[in-house]
Amino acid sequence: MSEMITVQDLVKNYGEFCAVNHVSFTVAEGKIFGFLGPNGAGKTTTIKMLTTVLDPTSGSIRVNGHDPTREQKQVRRSFGIVFQDPSLDDELTAYENMDLHGILYGVPHGERVKRINMLIDFVGLGDRKKNFVKEYSGGMKRRLEVARALLHNPRILFLDEPTIGLDPQTRNHIWSYIQQLSKEEGVTVFFTTHYMDEADRVANDVAVIDHGKIVAQGAPGELKERTKCANLEDAFIALTGHAIREEEANATDRMRMMGRAWRGGGRR
Amino acid sequence: MKAIYILCVRQLKRYIRSPARIIGSLGQPILFLVALGFGLRAMFARAGNGDYISFLSPGIISMAILFNAVFSGIEIIWDRQFGFLKETLVAPVSRLEIVFGRMLGGAIVAMAQGIVVFLICLLAGFRIVSSPYLPLAIVFMFMIALLFAGIGTVFGSVLQDMQGFPLIINFLIMPLFFFSGAIFTANGLPAALRIGLRLNPLSYGVDGLRGALINQFAFGMKTDLAVVTILTALLLAIGSYFFSKIQL
Repeated sequence: MSEMITVQDLVKNYGEFCAVNHVSFTVAEGKIFGFLGPNGAGKTTTIKMLTTVLDPTSGSIRVNGHDPTREQKQVRRSFGIVFQDPSLDDELTAYENMDLHGILYGVPHGERVKRINMLIDFVGLGDRKKNFVKEYSGGMKRRLEVARALLHNPRILFLDEPTIGLDPQTRNHIWSYIQQLSKEEGVTVFFTTHYMDEADRVANDVAVIDHGKIVAQGAPGELKERTKCANLEDAFIALTGHAIREEEANATDRMRMMGRAWRGGGRR
Repeated sequence: MKAIYILCVRQLKRYIRSPARIIGSLGQPILFLVALGFGLRAMFARAGNGDYISFLSPGIISMAILFNAVFSGIEIIWDRQFGFLKETLVAPVSRLEIVFGRMLGGAIVAMAQGIVVFLICLLAGFRIVSSPYLPLAIVFMFMIALLFAGIGTVFGSVLQDMQGFPLIINFLIMPLFFFSGAIFTANGLPAALRIGLRLNPLSYGVDGLRGALINQFAFGMKTDLAVVTILTALLLAIGSYFFSKIQL
């Protein structure tokens, strides 16, 4: 089996601070890979570098055989992504958001219409597709984003905390579809989550990152064995310790505060 | 090309769908038109400068375009933190297409606002003078819009959050507007201000628009057109450059 994602000695420094510190891992084609770690461990920074929107300080990356710093177009065509923060246009309808995505990815018109309707129905938004996204709840937006990420038939799916704020029904529904995609169409899935039960259930392999370094890597079963824990959550804590992480508020958090103050609360 | 088109359409849709924003951003130009236009009209006429509403209207139209265009660029900050910008940055299209789509959409929206303000000026008593330059009015409006969409894009690309926004408005955009010849002529200004006015890109846009509409040029049509064209091309290039350097 070939490697879909290869990361070697990846480093990202922000001034003195080292967000990602000599990280190496590989993800085989068709596998579901869980990237786990406490807040501020470097998960999102790593995803940003894999998805061409952040340049690494050093190290090498291959995504679907291409280098995200040089062959951006090829890399971008290979993946779909659900970001940690919402990235829909609130002033457009669900269908328009999907359509715009399809056009940006060059999906031909006939296929676009078919796949949009199929995917919107799949995430249970069929009768709300003409509504503006600003009228959607957080969970509905999340579902729409998952549908959108799949629209252009990507080879790799990046999911940065995709199930945050979703009820168990929706979580199960989405994960079972993703598992099916991975099994039947060989889509490679790279996800981060704070729900260890979720990672335990769906991931073929996981890597645990802490303070920018990978502290353990392997199948969930192996990690549990190695740490002599009954479940992945205990194994995770055994590996990363009990200390609660302090994260500095960044620009996004400050903007979010302003957004709340202006728009009267709620996750956008 | 399709990416440019669809991103441009997106901005037009957003504009048409938010009447509150349309009306809100008309407030300031209308206030300036009414307060200054009617307030200073008699004085302007007594000084032998002719009808102030006619002199002022092209300036007020430019103002509406200026603010809307800069704001369309600054919106990148908002889009970047929560929204939609990430979605476009990971799409397999070049940054150049994305930023051109955005700037073009922003410029068209700003121009639409300019045309609405133009109609309001007509209601307030503004009368255009028939001249061969009249069709150039739309050209100047569009150039001003593109130029400042480019400047807005530079700020939208460089700034991390909205904290710097009042700084830009009060220390750059407002002065650019006041010292552009939009509300008074350069005649009788202290030398320093006169030079400032000469160096202000908006001065040439305002003068070109005023010349096209009421056939009164301070710098001359050719100068206006040349300066505005060159600066617009330059700012579009600089805006695109800074946008292409965005990292999330």
